[in-house]
Amino acid sequence: MSETSLLVSLPLVAALFAALAPKAAAMTGLIVTLGNAAMAGLLAHRVGTTGAASEALGGWTAPLGIEFTADGLAALMLVMTALVGLGVSVQVAGTYPREPCAAHQRAAFWPLWLATLGAMNALFLSADLFNLYVTFEILGLAAVGLTALSGTRTALRAAFDYLSAGLAGSLLLLLGVALAYAAVGRVDLEIVPALAASAEGRIALGLIFAGLAVKAALFPLHFWMPPAHSSAAPAASALLSALVVKAAIYVALRLSIEGGAGAEMLRAALAFAGTGAMLWGAWHALRTDRLKLLVAHSTVAQVGLIALAVGLSGDATDSTLWQAAALLMLSHALAKAAMFLAVGRIAEELGHDRISGLNRQDLRPGAAEFAFAIAAISIIGLPPTAGFVGKWVLLDGLIDRGAWHWIALVLFGTVLSAAYLSRVVSRCLRGGPHVAPGARRVAWRAGDVAALGLATAALALGLASALPLTLLEATPT
Amino acid sequence: MTPDLVYHVTGAGLIGVALWRLSTCRDMLRRIMALNVLAVGIAMLLLATGHDAVAAITDPVPQAFVLTGIVVLVAVTAALLALAEQLEDKADE
Amino acid sequence: MTELLPLAILMTSLGIAPVILALPDHRSRLRTSLNLTAAGVKLALVAWLALEVAGGADFGLSLEIAPGLSLALKTDALSVLFLVLSSTLWLLTTIYAVGYLEDGTDRSRFFGFFSLCVASTVGIAMAGNLFTFVVFFELLTLATWPLVVHRGSAEAHRAGRIYLIYTLGGGLALTLSAVWLYALAGEVPFLPRGVLGDLPETHPLAVTAIFVLLIAGVGVKAALVPLHGWLPISMVAPAPVSALLHAVAVVKSGAFGIMRIVYDVYGVETVQALGLALPLAALAGVTILYGSFRALTQDDLKKRLAYSTVSQVSYITLGVALVSPLAAVGGLAHLIHQGIMKITLFLAAGNFAEAHGVKTVSAMDGMGRLMPGAALAFTIGALGMIGVPPLAGFVSKWYLGAGGLDAGQPAVIALLAGSSLLNAAYFLPILYRAWFRDPPEGAAAKRRIGWMLTLPPAITAGLVIAAGLLANAPFSPLGWTRFIVSLEYL
Repeated sequence: MSETSLLVSLPLVAALFAALAPKAAAMTGLIVTLGNAAMAGLLAHRVGTTGAASEALGGWTAPLGIEFTADGLAALMLVMTALVGLGVSVQVAGTYPREPCAAHQRAAFWPLWLATLGAMNALFLSADLFNLYVTFEILGLAAVGLTALSGTRTALRAAFDYLSAGLAGSLLLLLGVALAYAAVGRVDLEIVPALAASAEGRIALGLIFAGLAVKAALFPLHFWMPPAHSSAAPAASALLSALVVKAAIYVALRLSIEGGAGAEMLRAALAFAGTGAMLWGAWHALRTDRLKLLVAHSTVAQVGLIALAVGLSGDATDSTLWQAAALLMLSHALAKAAMFLAVGRIAEELGHDRISGLNRQDLRPGAAEFAFAIAAISIIGLPPTAGFVGKWVLLDGLIDRGAWHWIALVLFGTVLSAAYLSRVVSRCLRGGPHVAPGARRVAWRAGDVAALGLATAALALGLASALPLTLLEATPT
Repeated sequence: MTPDLVYHVTGAGLIGVALWRLSTCRDMLRRIMALNVLAVGIAMLLLATGHDAVAAITDPVPQAFVLTGIVVLVAVTAALLALAEQLEDKADE
Repeated sequence: MTELLPLAILMTSLGIAPVILALPDHRSRLRTSLNLTAAGVKLALVAWLALEVAGGADFGLSLEIAPGLSLALKTDALSVLFLVLSSTLWLLTTIYAVGYLEDGTDRSRFFGFFSLCVASTVGIAMAGNLFTFVVFFELLTLATWPLVVHRGSAEAHRAGRIYLIYTLGGGLALTLSAVWLYALAGEVPFLPRGVLGDLPETHPLAVTAIFVLLIAGVGVKAALVPLHGWLPISMVAPAPVSALLHAVAVVKSGAFGIMRIVYDVYGVETVQALGLALPLAALAGVTILYGSFRALTQDDLKKRLAYSTVSQVSYITLGVALVSPLAAVGGLAHLIHQGIMKITLFLAAGNFAEAHGVKTVSAMDGMGRLMPGAALAFTIGALGMIGVPPLAGFVSKWYLGAGGLDAGQPAVIALLAGSSLLNAAYFLPILYRAWFRDPPEGAAAKRRIGWMLTLPPAITAGLVIAAGLLANAPFSPLGWTRFIVSLEYL
C-alpha cells in the first residue's frame, strides 16, 4: 500500500479502534496524527519532486471504484490538515486530562477527529464527483459529532441544524452528481467543461454548486455556521473552522481548475456568494460582543474572501491566480485554528468570552492573547504572513486584468477584518478591573504551545511561501 | 403521459415541497421528515434518469448512487434523531 | 562572514524582541542587561558596517518567497545614514526608558515592542527592494501600536485607534501601489537613479498614479499635511516612545521612504519629467508652515514639540523634492540633525514632567533654575531647531537655502526665513520662561532624576553641537550625505 491509501485507511481504522478502546484513544490519536503528518509530508515531497500520481484501489476505476489522485493542490491540503490536526491534538492531549468532568468528551474526541482526518484526506485525494459525495458524508457526520462534543444545549441545537443543513446540501450534491452522470455518462472531474456546454449539465453544476455553498457557508446559505462554530468545544471549533469548511471550498476550487474556461459561470456565482459572505460575516463580527462568535463570523467572512479569490482566479490554464486562493486557504487554516485555541484558553482563564470584559488589571494578557494577535495579523493579511503574500499575488493578478472594482472590494474586506479583529486586541491592552469571579491565571499549558505554534507557523509561512507555491505547480500531466 | 414523466414530475414535486418545508420550519421532527422526503424525491428522479424506455434497459450506476444515498440517509437520520432526543432530555431538566 | 552583517544587525533587535516579550515582568535586571547588550552590539556592528560601506563594500542578501517576489537586504550609503541614527538613538533611549519606567507595569511588553520597532526601522533602512520595504513598514505600524496605547487609559486607546486608522490606511495605499508597480515593472529593487526604465514613457498615467499613492502611503508616517493628524494625538504615549518613535523612527521611516521612492525607484530626473517634483516641494512647504503655525498655539509641551516635528520633518522632503544636489545634502543631513535635536527636546521634556510634573509651556517658569542640566539640553535643542549657528539645524537650513537658489526657487529662502521666525516664536517663550522667570513658590521635585534620565539628553545635546561644529569632518552627518548625493547626482 502506498501513502495515498494509507492516508485514508489508517485514520479511519484508528477511529474505529479508538471508539472501541477509549482508554487507548488518546495514545492512538496522537500516534496516528503524528504518522499522518509524516506521511503527508512524504507525499508532498514526492509530488513536489516527481509530479502528480494516481492510484485505483483494487483496480476499480470510476464511476464505481475508488481512484485517488495526488497532485500539488491535494498534497498541500493534506499537509494543511496534518499541521492543524497536529496542533489541535497537542492541545487536546495536554488539556483535558486535568479536568475530570470532561472525561467522556476526551474519549469521544479522538474517534471523531480521526474519522474527520480520514474523510478529509479521502476528499482531497478523490478524483471523481461521486467519491467526493461519499467523503463529504463521512466528514459531515464526524464534524457534527465534534460540534455536539461539548454537550451543552446550544451546542446540540447547533449540531442538529448543522447536520440537517449539511444533509440537504449533500442531497443537492448527489442530485447534481447523478444529473451530471445522466448528461455525460461519467463522473470524473474532467467532465466539467462538457457539463457547462449543455443545459442539463448546467443544471447539474448549479445543484453541485448549491450543495457546496451550503457546506462552505457561503451567503445566503451561511446561517448554520456561526452557532455551530461558536458553541462547540475550542478544539472542535478549531478543527471545524480551520479545516472542515475548507473541504467545500477545495472542491469548488477543484471544479474551477478542471473546468477551465467552461467553469466561468461557476466562478461568477462563487465570486458573488463570496462577496456576500465577506460583507455579512464582517458586519456581524463588528457587532457581536462574544469573542467566539466574532471568530466564527470571521470564518464566514474569510471563507467568503477565499471563495471570492477562487471566483476571480479565472481560467486556470492561463492564469496562476488560483494559487493565491490556495495560499489563502492554507494561511487561514493555520491562523484560525490558532485563534480558536487561543480563544478557548482566554475563555477558560476569564470564565467568560465577552469582548467588553477582556481588559483587566490583575491578569495581564499572556501567551494566548499574544497568539491571538499574531493570528489576527495573519487573517487581516499584514506582512510578513502568508495571508499577505496571498493577497499580494491576488492583487497583482487583478491589476493585470484591470479589475479595479474587485480590487476595491478585496481592500475593503481587509479594512473590515482589521476593524473587527483590532476590537479584540485593543481590549486586551486596556487596563481596568473586569475580572469575572472565576478568573484565574492558569500556568503555561499545551493549549498555549499549540496556539502559539500554529500562529507562528502562519506568520513564518509568509517567508516560506515559495514552498507551497512551487508545490502547487505539480499538476497531473 | 409516460411513466417516466410521472416519476420526473413527482420527484421534482417532492423535492420542492421538502425544500420549502426545510426553509420554513424549525421543529426538529418535521425537519427530519422533510429531509427524508427530499431524499425520496431525489431517489425518484435518479431512478427515472437511469431508465431508458425506448431501449427498455436500465443503467445500474444511478441505482448504485441511490443505494449509497439511502445508506447515508439512514445513518444521518439516526444521528439527527439521537440529537433531537438528547435536546428533548436537556429541555426537560 | 561579513556578508551576513546586515542580517546580524537586523537580528540584534528582531531576535531579542521575542525573548524580552516572554520574560516575566519582575526580571528587570536580566531584561535590562539583555536589552542594553543587544543595543550596544548593534551599534558596534553598524559602526563596522559604516566603515565597510565607506570602503566601497556592498552587502546584499535575498530570499525568494514567491516567484518574482523576494525579501532582500542591502546596505548602501543611504541605509547607513538611517542605521546610524536609529541604532545610536536606540541605545540612548533604552537607557532613558529603563530609568523612566522604573516602577511601571508591563515593562516586558514595552521593551519587547520597543526592540521590535527598532528592528523594523533597521529593516526599512536596509530594505533592498520595494516589497521588503513594505513588509518592514507595516511591521513598524504593528509594533508601535502597543506602545501608543501602553498606558491603557481611554485616551491612550482613542489615540491608538486614530493612529491605526491613519497608518493602516497609509499601509493599504502603499501596498496597493507597490503591487501595482510590481505588476507593471516586475521586481522593483532600490538602485540609484531609478529602476523604471521606459515605463514613464509607455504608462505615464499609471506611473504618476502610483507615485501619488506611494507618497500618500509613506506620507502618513512622514506626517505630510493633511496626513499628519495622528502625530500630535499619539503624544499620550510615554516620553521615550514619543522621543524615539514619534520624533525619530516613525516619521523618519516615512521621510526615508520618500527618499527611496524619489531617488531609488523613480530617480529625480523621472520625477521631474513627470512634473511631480514641484507639487511635492509645495506640499512640503505647506507642511512646514502649517506645522509651525499650529505649534505656536499649543500649550501642551509635547504637542508643541509634535507640531514642530510635523514641520521639521518636511525639510527632508523639501530637500529631496527640490531637485538640486545642495538641497539634497541639506535634506539628508536634516534626517540626522532633526533626529538628534528632537530627541534632545523630548528627553528633556520627559525629565521636566517626571521631576516636577511640568507638562505645559505655561508651567515652565523657572525650570532653568530647578533643573539646569535638562533645561540646558532643551535650550541647545531648541536653538538648533531655530537654526542658530553653529548648531546642527543651521547647517541643514543653509544647504536647503543654497539648494533653493540653485534650483531656481528663491521662494525657498522666504519659506526658510518664515519658518525660522515661527520656530523662534514658539521656542523662545519656553526658553524665556525657563531661564528668566522665577519658579513657583514651594516647587520641589516629586521624584529624583537618576543618571539614566539625565545622561541621554546630555549626550544628544552634545551631538547637536558636534554635528554643527564639526560639519566638515569626513564622518559627520553632512560629510556622509555629500557622499550619498554624489551617487545620485553624478
